Amino acid sequence: MAENAKAAGTKDVRGTAAGQRGGGETVFTPRTDIFETDDAIVVIADMPGVNKASLEITLEENILTVTGRVEPERLEGSTQTHREFQVGNYHRTFTLSDAVSREGIDARVKDGELRLTLPKFGPTRARKIPVQGD
Amino acid sequence: MVWRGFTHPWDPWGELNEVEEEMSHLFAGAYGGAGHDYPPLNIWTNAEGAIAIAEVPGIPPDQLEVSVINDTLILRGSRVPEELPAGSHYHRRERGFGRFTRSVRLPFRVAQDKVEARVRDGMVRVRIPRDVTDRPQRIAVHEA
Repeated sequence: MAENAKAAGTKDVRGTAAGQRGGGETVFTPRTDIFETDDAIVVIADMPGVNKASLEITLEENILTVTGRVEPERLEGSTQTHREFQVGNYHRTFTLSDAVSREGIDARVKDGELRLTLPKFGPTRARKIPVQGD
Repeated sequence: MVWRGFTHPWDPWGELNEVEEEMSHLFAGAYGGAGHDYPPLNIWTNAEGAIAIAEVPGIPPDQLEVSVINDTLILRGSRVPEELPAGSHYHRRERGFGRFTRSVRLPFRVAQDKVEARVRDGMVRVRIPRDVTDRPQRIAVHEA
């Protein structure tokens, strides 16, 4: 499985600012772990502020795209006096290899953490071809 | 800002940073390398107090401890690494794990019994009211 995060912009504590949208909105590449088990590839991404309603996952051919929307918070009547993280949307794409089944992809989000389970095709069994005699 | 002096502007947040450096511990994993404390924190303030918001993705509320000692807010917690089934291997590891402690001293007296913390979607939000006796009071001006 390859990963196509866009070229890095400025580094942020939460991820990498992948680019700016037309409106000057910052888009972050979520920090991600990917591991492979016997029967699946598991992707875990940190997306604080994202929940089921604000998360969109699409699969087009072999490109899996994850987008999470986070509304910047403005606290009325308060001033931001200290800032260590920026608030913005998340975006990351992954290229699936042929070993991954397009069916049965499972996505769960909890506590701002996305977990994608991509099942692998079962091991290809060597098939014995019977040879017919005359 | 309400606690700024008239003639000599005082930046209480400058002082806050020093306290952080002394007391915070970096997450065991890589969080952007040295210089970043975990969890990252944003603070909003007004005359009534402050709201501190921190990003704590993947940390269940029961693994997070929020406390206030005197005027210092302390966030403690841990994120446990995933136990991989036998025969598994990582292709990519970018997320950090481990225990963390983050301390921030507020530049006002805190009404400790009124501090509230909520965790939602991997964000913790702590409302830290300023003690009433410490709040600026408007002085009525009378005509002589």
